Amino acid sequence: MLTKRIIPCLDIKDGRTVKGVNFVNLRDAGDPVELGKAYSQNGADELVFLDITATHEKRKTVAALAKKIAKHLNIPFTIGGGIKTIEDADMVLNAGADKLAINSAAVRRPEVIDELANGFGSQFVVLAVDAKFNNGDWWVYLNGGRLATEIKLFDWVKEAQERGAGEILFTSMDHDGVKTGFANDALSKMSDLLSIPIIASGGAGKKEHFLDVFEKGKADAALAASIFHFKEVDIPDLKNYLAENNIPVRTTKK
Amino acid sequence: MKVAVIDYKAGNVQSVLYALDRLGVEAELTFDHETIKKADKVIFPGVGQASATMANLKERGLDQLIPTLKQPVLAICVGMQLLCEHSEENDTPCLGIIPQKVKRFVPENNEKVPHTGWNKLNKVDGKLLSDDLLNEYCYFVHSYYVEKGDYTIGESHYTKPFSVALRKDNFWATQFHPEKSGDVGHQIIKNFLFEI
Repeated sequence: MLTKRIIPCLDIKDGRTVKGVNFVNLRDAGDPVELGKAYSQNGADELVFLDITATHEKRKTVAALAKKIAKHLNIPFTIGGGIKTIEDADMVLNAGADKLAINSAAVRRPEVIDELANGFGSQFVVLAVDAKFNNGDWWVYLNGGRLATEIKLFDWVKEAQERGAGEILFTSMDHDGVKTGFANDALSKMSDLLSIPIIASGGAGKKEHFLDVFEKGKADAALAASIFHFKEVDIPDLKNYLAENNIPVRTTKK
Repeated sequence: MKVAVIDYKAGNVQSVLYALDRLGVEAELTFDHETIKKADKVIFPGVGQASATMANLKERGLDQLIPTLKQPVLAICVGMQLLCEHSEENDTPCLGIIPQKVKRFVPENNEKVPHTGWNKLNKVDGKLLSDDLLNEYCYFVHSYYVEKGDYTIGESHYTKPFSVALRKDNFWATQFHPEKSGDVGHQIIKNFLFEI
């Protein structure tokens, strides 16, 4: 049986892992190479690396750092941040990415999703989207949450799927860093709407939130950062808890 | 031991090279026919779309070379699919080494496609997938699959039982990514390098 995935996320700024609340007030969370290595040995099912400054400062992903992390990883590795073109995609592949996450650039030029899917296969393309709820609907934000758009979340993820995205990484900006649980209503609605897997992000604060996101949010994977970095939730403990509650998770005797 | 990793401009080759490096094995990423022919073991990696990857193989004459290889070959993910006769992905004729067809997953119960994540090895062959790996998990990411057949040496279940590994003569293949399947995957690469 296919298991639900637990995914730690390294938000990288200037070579360090950082974490904020509602996308601001960043604080240092450690050396990304050490964190990545520790997670791969400690039961994480994947690792996501997001260069959160990349779009804003018009930089390319920190390929050298990604490479250092990838060398130690025997689990899937997704790299995102500032990816706009096939050339950028090649660069992250060469750094050791198994998937790439594309966000703002895909909103500005949606054809890039088709190009990446045709060139590398849908399974390589994760469409990352940051959204906020206001005036009765969910709206897409760009540039790491700094720029509002008039694009509706559900229209956008549906279009991304049709263009060939293989997975959606949905971050609720309302929930991010607040630790009161994931955006389960929106996630559940998205899961019913789409046929590709969804990674839930934003809001994890305790073990129970993960059970909720899989049961109520119908998510295929759950991503979190600070609670793992600051050891508030231990991944093996979390998986035992989920298994006890009949959520299929990967455990290993090896 | 000389290990050649086939370079055909597609796939997460870097991940495969890092995995070999972690196992202390020196490998060469190459599309040079002579180098590939002389290697003790050949790895045919894969992330990609069937028709695009077949076109890349043809561009380097690798579609002619691969079927003639005599040493053990390990094909991964789309590499495994390309060993088959035909893929439904863009209606692509493949290498035809293993007489099997590659089909798209059809959800039976709202399952998501691509099949993405860790799934259990329900059947192993005792060789590439050694007996200690029964019921362990491997990492998959694919929308197309090979049905159970005469050359199936490992099984998992997604919408239905399907082939997670194939073998015909010196050609071995996995649908999952051993280079991304944790310690279980390392064990499988070691089995290929040292037990086959």
